Amino acid sequence: MSVLSEARPACSEGFAPKTVVFQPDRPLLTDGGGRIAPLAIAYETRGTLNAARSNAILLCHALTGDQYAAGVNPVTGKPGWWEAMVGPGKPFDTDRYFLICSNVVGGCMGTTGPASINPTTGKPYGVDFPVVTIRDMVRAQAMLIDHLGIETLFCVAGGSMGGMQVLQWAASYPERVFSAMPIATAAKHSAQNIAFHEVGRQAVMADPDWRSGRYQEQGVRPEKGLAVARMSAHITYLSEAALQRKFGRKLQDRSAPTFSFDADFQVENYLRYQGLAFVERFDANSYLFVTRACDYFDLAADYGGSLAMAFKDTKTRFCVVSFTSDWLYPTSDSRAIVHALNAGGASVSFVEIESDKGHDAFLLHEPMFIATTRGFLDSAANARGLAPDGTSK
Amino acid sequence: MNYTPAADAPQRPAQPLEQSRLDLAVIAEMVAPGARVLDVGCGDGALLQLLAQKKGVDGRGVELSQRGVNECVAKGLSVIQGDADTDLSDYPDDGFDYVILSQTLQATRRPRAALANMLRIGRRAIISFPNFGYWRVRAQLVFGGRMPVTGRLDYHWHDTPNIHLCTIRDFVEIVDELGAHIERGVAFDRAGAPIRFSAPWWVWNLFGEQAVFLLERGDQRR
Repeated sequence: MSVLSEARPACSEGFAPKTVVFQPDRPLLTDGGGRIAPLAIAYETRGTLNAARSNAILLCHALTGDQYAAGVNPVTGKPGWWEAMVGPGKPFDTDRYFLICSNVVGGCMGTTGPASINPTTGKPYGVDFPVVTIRDMVRAQAMLIDHLGIETLFCVAGGSMGGMQVLQWAASYPERVFSAMPIATAAKHSAQNIAFHEVGRQAVMADPDWRSGRYQEQGVRPEKGLAVARMSAHITYLSEAALQRKFGRKLQDRSAPTFSFDADFQVENYLRYQGLAFVERFDANSYLFVTRACDYFDLAADYGGSLAMAFKDTKTRFCVVSFTSDWLYPTSDSRAIVHALNAGGASVSFVEIESDKGHDAFLLHEPMFIATTRGFLDSAANARGLAPDGTSK
Repeated sequence: MNYTPAADAPQRPAQPLEQSRLDLAVIAEMVAPGARVLDVGCGDGALLQLLAQKKGVDGRGVELSQRGVNECVAKGLSVIQGDADTDLSDYPDDGFDYVILSQTLQATRRPRAALANMLRIGRRAIISFPNFGYWRVRAQLVFGGRMPVTGRLDYHWHDTPNIHLCTIRDFVEIVDELGAHIERGVAFDRAGAPIRFSAPWWVWNLFGEQAVFLLERGDQRR
């Protein structure tokens, strides 16, 4: 493939992911009429691709996730975002499957996004970056999968925004997706979810250091705005019960209120910490773009308003999962997906997992979720003819 | 028929495996090979597995308990979490050849709506249920003056999930109201032996402890 070249992204030392760069003769043409070229895609793989190339799983990350699903994230020094699910002997078993995870287009972990250099100006794109959609993210992933020489993915799995990508994969490339796990997600972003995202974006844009999106050139960062965006978003990832159990009205390192606006309460301290930790690793403009991609997601709209048509005659095996206390992507959203899959005659399983951990439950150690995933993948692997060691039977 | 009658003790756990096998075997026998089947209230997926093995059916399940769904998914069955009252309306017309409701009708909130939905989703429906007209049930109420607790109905009045019990006669009547035909019907006595088909309804209703019906949708849906 002469159009491709391997390159290192402009990131900190010790950060050496695999990156593929698609040159301008292979641009990504976006739903919004934009053109992204060159396009770098940063990705990670784990496990071994078998000789038949039939054991590849694409993991799709959520809003602020990245390609480091497992192992130690070289940027944060913390475990990967799906450490509970990915690794030897875990449901996404690296001894059996070849796992691929790439940073989404519009992201800030090595894949081309608003912080990348716009070739026409020689400066960072900033808000001139084309507004991308979930489908654009999936198009970019498909380019990567082509590059890796994989025709059919054994499974595409992901939660939240990652789950949207899973649904888009199943709709756009049904013959390339043997099984699919859309988790804690929706086929369209609700008004409430758009509203929360808008609060976050306004917080970023209200920060004087945002500089109309040109902060990189001016050597500043809208950290306060981005931190507030993260704080409000973080609340939506939890549940009232989880917040109550974890913090209640407990005070932070003090025995009485200070009658000030210090972080008297532990929950305030926790949120401030979440905000600060986030701005260290995430680009503010990227946050605008990825939240926007979610907002525009409405899979049925691409199929004449009928979600069932998106999955008509699909051969893909689906396992849809929701969590009882997830109010961001409630079970009713998952049921709508199941309804459409049933109407389309798809093979679909659906489980609502009992958990009080809110939307974040899909990232955490939830035994029933782990058991469900393992069972679904095992049976799909049998149907796919994959031996326990990942070789093709 | 491999069937071992269980002791009729009230303390018996609900639905012992060997007893539940009886209606499953009969149901499996009623399904045409290679058919598309929806099993409503599929439990741990025993019937779906049986149908896949014996009849090569394309089976789907609906089950309320998370545990049941998990067991099914782990077995490679396509099962969704839901129940007959709330989720059948989501299914399109004629999505399946057979819709099965095994030992669950009496626990639905709206049995008539559930039956109507089944006959909408599939041309044929198979229903198995405990017969409340069974003579032992009648005897407990008439002579004991107590709500019946039997092998098939082993709950007390205050903790039973069985809120809409019916007799075979009641069932035949509602089938008629729904404009469906009874294609086949089998009633079993306590020993698990089928009552001869030619027996009149009152015999079935008195001596059948449970029944399995294969219904076909009528030409005119009501």
